Amino acid sequence: MIKLIGILIVILGLAFRFNSLLVVIVAGFATGFAGGMSPVEILDVIGSAFVTNRYMSLFILILPVIGLLERYGLREQAGRFIRSFKGTTAGRIMIIYMLFRQITVGLGMMLGGHPSFIRPIVSPMAEAAVAKGRPMPQKVVDEVRGFAASADNYGNFYGQLIFLAAGGLLLIKGVMEQAGYEVSLTTMAVYAIPTAVIALLIAAVQYHLFDCRMERLMQESTQQDGVHEGRNVQ
Amino acid sequence: MMITLEHMYYLTGALLFIFSVYTVFDKRHRAKYGTAFFWFLYSITFVFGKVIPAWIIGLMVVCMAIVASLKWTGRGSYKESSGEEKAVAAEKFGNRLFLPALLVPIVIFLVAGFTKLGALVGLGMGAVVGLAVALYMTRESLGTAANEGRRLIDAIGWAVILSQFLAALGALFDKAGVGKVVAEMVATIVPTDSTLAVVIAYCVGMALFTMIMGNAFAAFAVITTGIGIPLVVRLHGADPAIAGVLAMLSGYCGTLMTPMAANFNVVPAALLEMKDQYGVIKAQVPVALSLLIIQIILVYCLAF
Repeated sequence: MIKLIGILIVILGLAFRFNSLLVVIVAGFATGFAGGMSPVEILDVIGSAFVTNRYMSLFILILPVIGLLERYGLREQAGRFIRSFKGTTAGRIMIIYMLFRQITVGLGMMLGGHPSFIRPIVSPMAEAAVAKGRPMPQKVVDEVRGFAASADNYGNFYGQLIFLAAGGLLLIKGVMEQAGYEVSLTTMAVYAIPTAVIALLIAAVQYHLFDCRMERLMQESTQQDGVHEGRNVQ
Repeated sequence: MMITLEHMYYLTGALLFIFSVYTVFDKRHRAKYGTAFFWFLYSITFVFGKVIPAWIIGLMVVCMAIVASLKWTGRGSYKESSGEEKAVAAEKFGNRLFLPALLVPIVIFLVAGFTKLGALVGLGMGAVVGLAVALYMTRESLGTAANEGRRLIDAIGWAVILSQFLAALGALFDKAGVGKVVAEMVATIVPTDSTLAVVIAYCVGMALFTMIMGNAFAAFAVITTGIGIPLVVRLHGADPAIAGVLAMLSGYCGTLMTPMAANFNVVPAALLEMKDQYGVIKAQVPVALSLLIIQIILVYCLAF
């Protein structure tokens, strides 16, 4: 039981909004000590895992090109592009992106991601579709961005296991075979399809409700601005 | 000479080192030394990660955590273009602006599909190709591009290392045997004679342990060996392939709900410059919970 101390520290630390890095370090050392490890052993595990997982941060390499394009109006262009389609909503953009992500990742293509698609293209398009030229309160901007980010996660997670050589399927196969059960990759990929379809439907409902709420929020905020301006005139 | 992943790490390290140098020379940076030190240490872990003994890297990682939690890092000045300049440039370049950004995934796809180098090497090559085309289009210098990259990485801030950091915590949990304790606890409180109860235990266990580990793959082996195989497959006769894949998808529902999966939830919030670092998770919770219930129903109906 004492080994679970790290989990407790993480939950409390994140709930009280301490710096996440500090929380993780404390939780890591507490867990290591509870598991009977020495400080050097703990540092050793942290260091080697940190180095092994450098691939998680390789997206840093694409920041210069995205930053440079933003300097030349990439985000503005994404907004202009969307405004040229009348009647497009943020939710429709997100669901189309999610479907694109599901199909490509289901075919084994890693097309997508937050740095290369959401920040430069999908999120500015969704923001422009909500704003329709009106000023947007920061709260609304944040919510649109959160939803835009979710589209990439939904598409990625609920599409990837349809690909026959997906890392996730190979892992399931490995674990099952270690326990003496033969499993077929094709069966697993086929049974990942219902969830993919249902995820798309649930997301479509969520994004539709999101569109309605955003429109209401935008109307409220424009009306409030109108009231303020009225008072100023008086 | 073969291009390997290690070369891409050298490139990342070099870029981080450049960020660090630019930070030192950023005259209007309030936290320049802390920030520069942070990116410098990080660049060392990329370039010399395989050479320096792991415990020293661990010590550097702890240093980075301390620098960040003392708030010694921050944003500087980047000589950004004005809103008007951006609008004029967008007018001039039009949809051509998307080309370099789209080249990155296209190159990744080509490299991953037609060579043996892998998608991650493709990511690095895509970044180089995209940058070259963007530089040619805009006639800008490499220095400007590096500075723009620094603008984005400073916007993300210390959260950049959070994913790797949490992976390290996961490794510690694993070494200390946390997974076994969790699986045993779940197995003792579940009424094992009910099929529905063990299915719920497997799916919810996957989601919960994924939330703790921040990674469904890490949770899968533990929960499947502890609950899935003995209770769901052996005792109640579920099909291991169907139960396995649906349990993995239950784990993904957990990934959507946890700040521990920083690379999917927290880093994007920082990258999008959102005020609320949990904003992405808040958007995802309703979908994740409904899909988790669906997974339980699917296992119950399809796997037996």
